[in-house]
Amino acid sequence: MVDKIIAKDLNCWFGKACSVKGLNLSVHSNEILGIIGPSNSGKTTFLRMINRLNELSNNFKYDGSLMLDGVDLKQIDTETLRKRCGMVFALPLPLPMSIYENVGYGPLRHGIKSKKYIDEIVEKSLKAASLWDEVKDRLDSSAMKLSGGQQQRLCIARTLAVEPEVILYDEPCSGLDPISTAKVEEAMVELKKKYTIILVTNNVKQASRVSDRTAFFLMGEMVEIGKTADIFLSPKDKRTEGYIMGRYG
Amino acid sequence: MNPKLAQKIAFSLLFLVTLIIILPVLMIVFVIVKEGASAITWEFLFTAPKDGMRAGGIFPAIIGTLSIVLCAVAVTLPMGVMAAIYLNEYAKENLLTRIIKLSIVNLAGVPSVVYGLFGLAVFVMFLKMGVSIIAGALTLSIMELPVIITTSRNALNSVPQSFREASLSLGVSKWQTIRHVVLPNALPGIMTGAILSIARISGETAPILFTAAAFYVPHLPRSIFDQVMALPYHLYIISTQIPNMPKNITYGTALVLLVLVLAMSVSAISMRIYFRKKKKW
Repeated sequence: MVDKIIAKDLNCWFGKACSVKGLNLSVHSNEILGIIGPSNSGKTTFLRMINRLNELSNNFKYDGSLMLDGVDLKQIDTETLRKRCGMVFALPLPLPMSIYENVGYGPLRHGIKSKKYIDEIVEKSLKAASLWDEVKDRLDSSAMKLSGGQQQRLCIARTLAVEPEVILYDEPCSGLDPISTAKVEEAMVELKKKYTIILVTNNVKQASRVSDRTAFFLMGEMVEIGKTADIFLSPKDKRTEGYIMGRYG
Repeated sequence: MNPKLAQKIAFSLLFLVTLIIILPVLMIVFVIVKEGASAITWEFLFTAPKDGMRAGGIFPAIIGTLSIVLCAVAVTLPMGVMAAIYLNEYAKENLLTRIIKLSIVNLAGVPSVVYGLFGLAVFVMFLKMGVSIIAGALTLSIMELPVIITTSRNALNSVPQSFREASLSLGVSKWQTIRHVVLPNALPGIMTGAILSIARISGETAPILFTAAAFYVPHLPRSIFDQVMALPYHLYIISTQIPNMPKNITYGTALVLLVLVLAMSVSAISMRIYFRKKKKW
């Protein structure tokens, strides 16, 4: 088992508020790591540290180390890092352009000129996100016209189009109906063959359905991590048990 | 008091006040059209003034105003938009940024005649441009810069932060994100601001008084270093300095200026409506 991402003694702050405390965690290659926990537990902050999106806020700072393939993130150029670690946001965030342009946006900006090659990438990515059949006849219509679930799968396709190694899912199904959720989850399980996936979710059941290992975060600290079956059947910590049973959260 | 009656009185009062606000606008338009419409002929629009301005047309003034305004926009729009992009997308919150923002707010509050004197001192005399289109245009563009910067910043700011994050998260660089996602979506707002500025500076008199406008130039400008006649200044001259001025020429000139400004505002508004319909979020 190879560790794709390793966090060591990670602390971070927005201004004075500490959002992640003393985090030690490793993510294996080609696994789905589910991160569960109530809101404000630092799940999303951790996720956004991996692709350094937090650093768009002026008052963000952190210490400790975060490594991708054994290299500290600070030593990787931000654009390259974000290309390698794609992200799917909580709300579907299609850009205000056509379906085709959305998926082709990344490769085009990364300098791929051949229209034919981009066509291929668009088709391949939409297929991988199981959206191709629904949109293949209207690639030129606005992405804003798609339904919420389709938009979210479009965003997954857009992320896949830049060929990342890691996909960071930030509560990808929070705005979706059960059927769309099932489709997104299906795509996720299919994708882990090629990618390393971190899934932050508010939906405990979702983590139990798709993730290989699950971590439980509470108030900026990681309470417990382990094989999903172990976490759900015999949690070691009382707080984990309480959260999973739905006693708080 | 009976609440229904109170409501009726309140609404009537509000309606009345609203009416009073639009009354002057209607009256201005009515008076100018009534007094000036008879002066509008092809000759009036397309020839130079004759007989000490008392006859002939206002063609040089129309061309003068258009050339000053076009030059001013060509300078102020790119500068303003670039500054707005820097301030909105790149600038860190520090002392320098705060000073820049404060200057912009203050520049917007300076009376236009002060800009006129500034233009006279800097462009006309110090930089030896003389009284010319370019000196007037530069003066106007400095006056309009804060407005363009502010409207452009608002337009950029109204592009959702999430669009930027979506683009950045794909490893697309910040500049490409601005260039391909932020700017196209901010463009309608920027253009509306720009066109409203054009309308505003077309009617300005004080800033061009000492820097560009001439009392009487019988020919059209040959280069940007020529003096020109300008509509607002011409209007001021013929309504105050020339005895026995035919009334319809004065009002006709005002009408042309009004229509010019109105046409620009209408195009700004229709552009906004068009882009709003096209807006995809």
